[in-house]
Amino acid sequence: MIHFKVNGADRTFDGDPDMPLLWYLRDVLGLTGTKFGCGMGLCGACTVLDSGKAIRSCSKPMGSVGGLEITTIEAISAHGPHPVQRAWADVNVPQCGYCQPGQIMQAVSLLTSKPKPTDTDIDDVMAGNICRCGTYQRIRAAIKEAAKEMA
Amino acid sequence: MISVEEKITAEEITIENVSRRNFLQGMLSAGAFVLWMGRSPLLLKAARSGAAPFGAIAATPGAIPSIDATAFHPGVFLGIEPDGTVYIVAHRTEMGNGVRTSLPRILADELDADWRRVRVIQGDGDEKYGSQDTDGSHSVREFFDALRETGATARLMLIRAAAQQWGIPETQCVADPVHSVTDKNSNRQFGYGELAAIAATVAVPKKEDVQLKTAKDWRYIGKPAPGYDVSDVCSGKPLFGMDVHVDGMLYAAIAHPPVLGGKVKSVDDSAALKVTGVKKTIPIDPFTPPHAFQPLGGVAVIADNTWAAFKGRKQLKIEWDNGGHAVYNSADYKKQLQETARKAGKVVTTMGDPDAEFGKGGKTYEAEYFAPHLAHASMEPPVAVADVQGEKVTVWSPTQNPVGVREEVAKALGLKKEDVTCHVTFLGGGFGRKSKPDYAVEAAVLSKKTGKPVKVVWSREDDIKFDYFHSVAAMYLKAALDDNGKPKAWLQRSVFPPISSTFDKDAVYGSPGEMSLGWNVIPFDVPHFRAENGQATAHVRIGWLRSVANIYHAFAVQSFANELAYNANRDPYDYLLSLIGSGHVIEAGAPSGAGMAEKYPYDTARLRRVAELAADKAGWGKKQFVKGNGMGIAVHRSFLTYVATVVEVEVDKSGAVSIPHVVTAVDAGIVANPEMVRQQFEGAAVFGTSIARTGEITATNGVIDQSNFHDYPLARMNDAPVQVDVHIVESTAAPAGVGEPGVPPFVPALCNAIYAATGKRVRELPLTRNGLS
Repeated sequence: MIHFKVNGADRTFDGDPDMPLLWYLRDVLGLTGTKFGCGMGLCGACTVLDSGKAIRSCSKPMGSVGGLEITTIEAISAHGPHPVQRAWADVNVPQCGYCQPGQIMQAVSLLTSKPKPTDTDIDDVMAGNICRCGTYQRIRAAIKEAAKEMA
Repeated sequence: MISVEEKITAEEITIENVSRRNFLQGMLSAGAFVLWMGRSPLLLKAARSGAAPFGAIAATPGAIPSIDATAFHPGVFLGIEPDGTVYIVAHRTEMGNGVRTSLPRILADELDADWRRVRVIQGDGDEKYGSQDTDGSHSVREFFDALRETGATARLMLIRAAAQQWGIPETQCVADPVHSVTDKNSNRQFGYGELAAIAATVAVPKKEDVQLKTAKDWRYIGKPAPGYDVSDVCSGKPLFGMDVHVDGMLYAAIAHPPVLGGKVKSVDDSAALKVTGVKKTIPIDPFTPPHAFQPLGGVAVIADNTWAAFKGRKQLKIEWDNGGHAVYNSADYKKQLQETARKAGKVVTTMGDPDAEFGKGGKTYEAEYFAPHLAHASMEPPVAVADVQGEKVTVWSPTQNPVGVREEVAKALGLKKEDVTCHVTFLGGGFGRKSKPDYAVEAAVLSKKTGKPVKVVWSREDDIKFDYFHSVAAMYLKAALDDNGKPKAWLQRSVFPPISSTFDKDAVYGSPGEMSLGWNVIPFDVPHFRAENGQATAHVRIGWLRSVANIYHAFAVQSFANELAYNANRDPYDYLLSLIGSGHVIEAGAPSGAGMAEKYPYDTARLRRVAELAADKAGWGKKQFVKGNGMGIAVHRSFLTYVATVVEVEVDKSGAVSIPHVVTAVDAGIVANPEMVRQQFEGAAVFGTSIARTGEITATNGVIDQSNFHDYPLARMNDAPVQVDVHIVESTAAPAGVGEPGVPPFVPALCNAIYAATGKRVRELPLTRNGLS
């Protein structure tokens, strides 16, 4: 039996240890804000936080989540929008929106480790998250705006 | 097939009084008054089912309050509740194109509604809306007039309701301030909500009584507004097809035949069935050619979660009969297309006498271009849920084509279209892939076989390997030049497996639709011109992808124009302007349909103007560049919109290309929401970067070589254009398309910039085929 936390709640799992955290979140818990994009950690749509740090849930087997404290997009907005979400709305970032929960979680993680990121910091960290609609310049602008607001 | 044509046929919308129609029984009180635009009673269906903003999330009934019996419903597009909430139906698909914002705002403008009190409801698939096929960049241009008329009609009825209540002439009433009617003489006021029940009893005004606003009075049209759904999207709400959950549903992953038309010879599913969560395997019949929107066939693994279905599928041992398309090898095929392009083809258009001009034996210039297959790779792979209950089917699908879903599911199950309901979810990207409902048919077939709701989930590998691919294309161009290096005659020949091969297995020539996408005419002042098309046999499923044939056609034409400029020792921008000339109307470039040539003439003066604007804003000729840096320009008209794009590049010694700046100028006629237009063109530059830099799908023995983002890379933040500036030409011309026209000129503008920076001419896409990256 594996013990861990999702969005502050204690959880246990005794199913297939190969199942990625992504599918546990989506199909078992019904937390569908975390998206499936590639299944190989190549696109970042599935990004969640592990104790505040971004991880790719599609490549994290349930067998390895013991003791982790996972936060998903649903929990960062549980008490009103997070500053990153507000910045995303201010800059009108999304087009289709499918990748944006992952982008937002990655940005939250970035701003935790680097509250004042440079353009290079942003590009380096966000390069793991693909947006097929091509919202990158707005994402960059929104991260800068969120950084200002959170300073 | 119609999807590749520039559809512009607006259907006549008639406003009707439907108060006594039977379909209202039990939903509205006997005294209620309902108007509708000759479309569908969708709002009423929403009220009955308590459906959420769109049907897919019906698991949360009551998310939208049911619609009051005394509510004012002057059409399928519009309902007004006594509390003043205005409901507007979005009957087009939201996939990042902004239709759930831009279309309702057109109506809300003429209604003088307060946008903050507007709620958007997603329309189900229903032929009463007319075409819901959300592709071809035509949502705004097709519905602009109808939405305005609906809003203005409702506004007049609200005014008449107020006048009736007060017993005063309607001329004394004005819809001001927003969302209310005021008596000009006394400043008495009714809110729209207060008037709803009364307005429901007012007769439909005659069309000639309905006054549309003049442009100067528009409060929303032409004004930038953010997306209606931004906060839901950013908080991870279950909006997408991938997020649909239906109680009791099973999950399916399908092992598709690796080669188009392949069949299962034998299958050993013993290991798959041992995977935790796997319930069973089910064979899916191969299609009967032409494949169209039929499932590809194969073996489905049914499980109680997505992961188990994926894992079980890996354990299947299948022997395939690959069939005839196993001969398909990209390298050989490329040679065939190129050889065909060098020979005379089927004539598409002739102007003047190009043969005579070429026969004179003067200076000529020729070049060949090549562009490979592309995959759509929307971030949300194809996915659908279907629930077959006896003779009735409910489908939840991210689809650009909900009526197509209904038709194809009905056909596969031997039912009538009327037996199939299609709830349209948000799309995690579409780009044309989600116009093809094969994956929804798979879900329906499996639901029928299991007796349970089934969610079919395509992996990224499925998505890339089994796409309806954008066509591979070879182009040959030749010009006869005068002493100044300007073309007197111009020949262009393109060869590609056509989209029609998806619907007709013997189709080998491009359709008139594909030829109209940047090939049947060129926007240049060249007296003798011929466009040709050569034949090519398809070995994979071919489909339309954002901008369609414009991509390779514009790449060839705009690269060739740039080559001619250098050949003439001219500045490429000046030369381009001289090619366009002072501007003229190209009659052969007008869209078909009554009145369309007048509404949407192909006017190259507008193309010249965007070229001038883009060059000016980009500082063309003013910026100094060192070796390795440079600027390129290209123009293209598609989906009735005129676009010029200037791309700035830096190419390092290793051949790595970075794109610090892109300037795009757009003339799309009247623009509903400039914010959405900017987003579309910013995105088009990124989409174009993916095409140009790395976009390439190849096949070996009929099997697609690529599978995921490691071998089919897409532009990322660190290699996409850093800054894209979009300049929109103010215009009073009829609205044109915006979703697609930004892509075609980007690719040649980038390649032209690379030539300016390095002297390296890119005649074959992608850049990775040219020692660039």
